[in-house]
Amino acid sequence: MIFTEEHEWLREEDGEMVVGITIHAAEQLGDVVFVELPEVGTTVSKDDEIVVIESVKAASDILAPVDGEITEVNETLVDNPGKVNDDPQGEAWFFKMTVSDPSQLEELMDEAAYQKFIA
Amino acid sequence: MSDDLRTPLYDLHVELGAKMVPFAGYAMPVQYPMGVMGEHNHTRTAAGLFDVSHMGQVILSGASWDAVAQAFETLVPQDVLGLGDGRQRYGFFTNDAGGIEDDLMFARRGDDLLVVVNAACKGADIARMKAALAPSVTVTELADRALVAVQGPGAEAAVAALDARAADMRFMDVADLTLDGVDVWASRSGYTGEDGYEISVPAADAEALVRTLLAQDGVAPIGLGARDSLRLEAGLCLYGHDINTTTTPAEGTLMWAVQKVRRPGGDRAGGFPGADKALETPARKRVGLLPEGRAPMREGVAIYASETATDPVGHVTSGGFGPTVGGPVAMGYVNVDHTSTGTPLWGEVRGKRMPVQVAALPFVPANFKR
Repeated sequence: MIFTEEHEWLREEDGEMVVGITIHAAEQLGDVVFVELPEVGTTVSKDDEIVVIESVKAASDILAPVDGEITEVNETLVDNPGKVNDDPQGEAWFFKMTVSDPSQLEELMDEAAYQKFIA
Repeated sequence: MSDDLRTPLYDLHVELGAKMVPFAGYAMPVQYPMGVMGEHNHTRTAAGLFDVSHMGQVILSGASWDAVAQAFETLVPQDVLGLGDGRQRYGFFTNDAGGIEDDLMFARRGDDLLVVVNAACKGADIARMKAALAPSVTVTELADRALVAVQGPGAEAAVAALDARAADMRFMDVADLTLDGVDVWASRSGYTGEDGYEISVPAADAEALVRTLLAQDGVAPIGLGARDSLRLEAGLCLYGHDINTTTTPAEGTLMWAVQKVRRPGGDRAGGFPGADKALETPARKRVGLLPEGRAPMREGVAIYASETATDPVGHVTSGGFGPTVGGPVAMGYVNVDHTSTGTPLWGEVRGKRMPVQVAALPFVPANFKR
């Protein structure tokens, strides 16, 4: 798993990246009550706002971690947004995407670097 | 945070694991480890304890009850003179334009009036009362008292376990109680839509009393986050958001809090700031707004009469997720042509129009002990 400074995690699966938010991010957000996902097939650029998350406290965005195309979204979060708090780094992934410029992945943090980043 | 004032319960909040945030000049607990949603639900099903010591507690005293009440009636559109001993009312200070300077609770304690005002407004409120009422009425801020609220269906059992007289109080009664050896002033009221008490206690005794209350069955500490969703579901106004210096009581749908005797045609009509404007039939009104989807409509969201209309007919003043409702809830102002319950409207969230309906307030029925 690799991490962004925006508190997203990326995990490789079948040549694509699965993307979610970190346990730390979920804790900071508080109870998530609404999730709006992008459409499958959307071409995104790094830092595009592609997911809206609303918690009991506020609205926030998830940014595209890298350039690529959305290939799948986790529709179960729409009906059960609380999953984001229950299992942010497991079942509550947000979307899967292809990566058009793999060199962008090299700029992301490994687990140790991320833990240091949030310390 | 270092500049923020602390309530007498600050150390206890930190010990309980609260996340402290600045609010109205104070460091206040926004949530405890239970989390906002859990705290909200706990208050609706058991009992929540809230530190509201940041609010201003002020005693007005004078030559007699009538003198104090008549003086206070020059600042508020409420029936103060008719308030029975040991009873409390909701009210508000108005300004010359008929707008609301602050909302408040006032209670008769013998010949004195106890006024509880919002933290953010208390300096201005005290200055206003002193300027208008002194020297015939003495205005004293009780800075050495804490204020805690115990709210929820379990509140009566928790407080009555310490003083059985608490169970005899009805909604909006005020009484002296002795809780765990400490003499307190209690009112049977709160701001969650639930039954409960607000307890004014000397600052020095506050922490020990709160520890005792938290040791009662089902009582948990609750932060400002859940306080906000509880009062929103209860349809209660947050000053500075749902009502402010530019909204009149009539616009704010607060005429229920203006007793007949102070309305036009009443025996003591007028005589408060902006009396000619405050109660006028309004062009816009505060209503409940129930978004049809799952997306919360928060403060500032513009409200339209149709999906394509160019000009808004209103805006949201408070909105978020209502845990008891199980979906988003909001309130705001809309033009009077669109205020009937069930009127379909549209709120613009992140550039998209989403359906929302005018809804009756409160969203969650009040659970007071009348």
